[in-house]
Amino acid sequence: MAWEFFTVYWREMIRFVRFRTQLFASLLQPALWMAFFGVAMSSNLDRFASAIPAPSGVFSVDYLTFMGAGVIAMTTLFTSLFGGISLLFDKNWGLMREMLASPMPRTHIMLGVSLSGMTKSFVQVAIIMAFGLLMGVQFFPGFSAARIVLSILGIFAFVGVFSLGFLLFSSTISMRLESPEGLQGIITLLTLPLFFVSNALYPIQAFPPILQALSIYNPLTHLVSGVRYFAIGSDFFAVGARYTSTTADVLASFAYLVVFASVMYLLARRTFQRAVVT
Amino acid sequence: MEGDDIIEVRDLEHTFDGFAAVRGISFTVKRGEIFSFLGPNGAGKSTTINILTSLLPLQKGTVRVAGYDVAREPGRVRESIGIVFQDDVLDRDLTVRETMEFHGRLYSIPRDERRRRIDDLLRVVELGSKRDERTKNLSGGMKRRLQIARGLMTRPEVLFLDEPTQGLDPQTRMRMWEYIRQVNESGTTIFLTTHYMEEADMLSDRISIIDGGKIIVSGTPEELKNALGEDVVYLETEDDRRAREALRGIGEIRSVTESPRGLSVTISADGSHCLPRIVDAVRGAGIGISSVNLKKPTMDDVFVHYTGRELRDTGV
Repeated sequence: MAWEFFTVYWREMIRFVRFRTQLFASLLQPALWMAFFGVAMSSNLDRFASAIPAPSGVFSVDYLTFMGAGVIAMTTLFTSLFGGISLLFDKNWGLMREMLASPMPRTHIMLGVSLSGMTKSFVQVAIIMAFGLLMGVQFFPGFSAARIVLSILGIFAFVGVFSLGFLLFSSTISMRLESPEGLQGIITLLTLPLFFVSNALYPIQAFPPILQALSIYNPLTHLVSGVRYFAIGSDFFAVGARYTSTTADVLASFAYLVVFASVMYLLARRTFQRAVVT
Repeated sequence: MEGDDIIEVRDLEHTFDGFAAVRGISFTVKRGEIFSFLGPNGAGKSTTINILTSLLPLQKGTVRVAGYDVAREPGRVRESIGIVFQDDVLDRDLTVRETMEFHGRLYSIPRDERRRRIDDLLRVVELGSKRDERTKNLSGGMKRRLQIARGLMTRPEVLFLDEPTQGLDPQTRMRMWEYIRQVNESGTTIFLTTHYMEEADMLSDRISIIDGGKIIVSGTPEELKNALGEDVVYLETEDDRRAREALRGIGEIRSVTESPRGLSVTISADGSHCLPRIVDAVRGAGIGISSVNLKKPTMDDVFVHYTGRELRDTGV
């Protein structure tokens, strides 16, 4: 049985818990977003939003709750985009040769790294949710215990597929690049449009048509939709806009992310099978 | 598998962006021997080792390692070999035990077997007491020993050592040689590259001298040195010109040249037997001798002889 990818996973996780500063920072960073950006924005936006009252009978959520899903998505995006960087270091330090010269199938390198990145995202997401609930984020409003469990599973499924897609993407560019600076540049270039042309922080309903169209193709939008569906519900009102989604919508979003991750997998596999590192 | 050859390389060529790093080399390594590639940096040693270990794709030629064709069955080759890389290829933040554990898992060695081999090997390389130390805290010699232990963990048929003692102090180097011999005596074939003359000379059963991507000459250290067939006596006298005259009568002398170090007398026979007669002849002519030096050929001389260049050992 080919379980060698677990070896790569194991090493990545050792490093994750061993670098205390990094571990601490990666856990604290999303909480800080919630605490500062979230509170600052919600105190403003909730004031404006009160000008557009929710239609009667529609459940209304405050900005912090709306943004909570966005912070989950953003954190997952950042962590995943950077997740491949350990491959770049392995390559530059020569450690990659040990793996490439071993009988382990090369795809296991990217699988191990990606799965460990996914695990890190799970830990972060759990912390954001816990911290968010402490701060007054109204996730799972009036849900039964069973529904909460199901919702958490749903959120993790979305986060898992999304992060795998971006981790595989990050692994691909890491294998093709020479320097961490290059990777950093590409990531910075990508995060801005991915993050801002999405529904993470504000509704896309008010976007100009072009941005609106673009945001539909943005995987982040689909992740945020999925998380909101599971965390808040299928029909709610926030930041002056009403959000309704059917089960079919959510499944379509999930399918979109699965396709995205699959394409990234194929790209990464191609890169790894051809990789020459000496 | 053909006979006892565990590595067979035929007409190997490799080019990087138009630069020919390896230019048509062929050689075989016999099962159980220590075989060395001796040559300066940039001679093509690492490129060859990278191809033999399947890290670089084969461009031209045929390579069989442990009975498998590197181009067709790289997976089989990888299962049969161990590698100790030139520079320290260790995860700084893993402990000694974790480093070994990681390697054993990469090769799917079952857990109990893995644990046993880790214990055994760490004892052999005297790192048992360092097992929970992170590798960044190890000395240069310890790091190299750990890498040798790691390379041996999979019980490879062939162990590739790329410049195994580069940058180590002379004492540690001697210890490394002992380890390498020990490993070899337990049945592992060793393929090593080095640019240290004494290393090749002391360790190898056979040596190929490589320069400019080509094998210049191959043989046992003895063969290579004997092929020069010449001992050299260096004489410093009061009058080199007259001393030269005085040496005319000795038949074994092949040539006499004047050099900054005095007269250098090349002898076709065993120099130590000829030396007293040389001294007698010069003294007999009434010429004082201030120093006498007999030099047997070294690998350095062999290298200079075949490549026309010096390979100065700068590492120590």
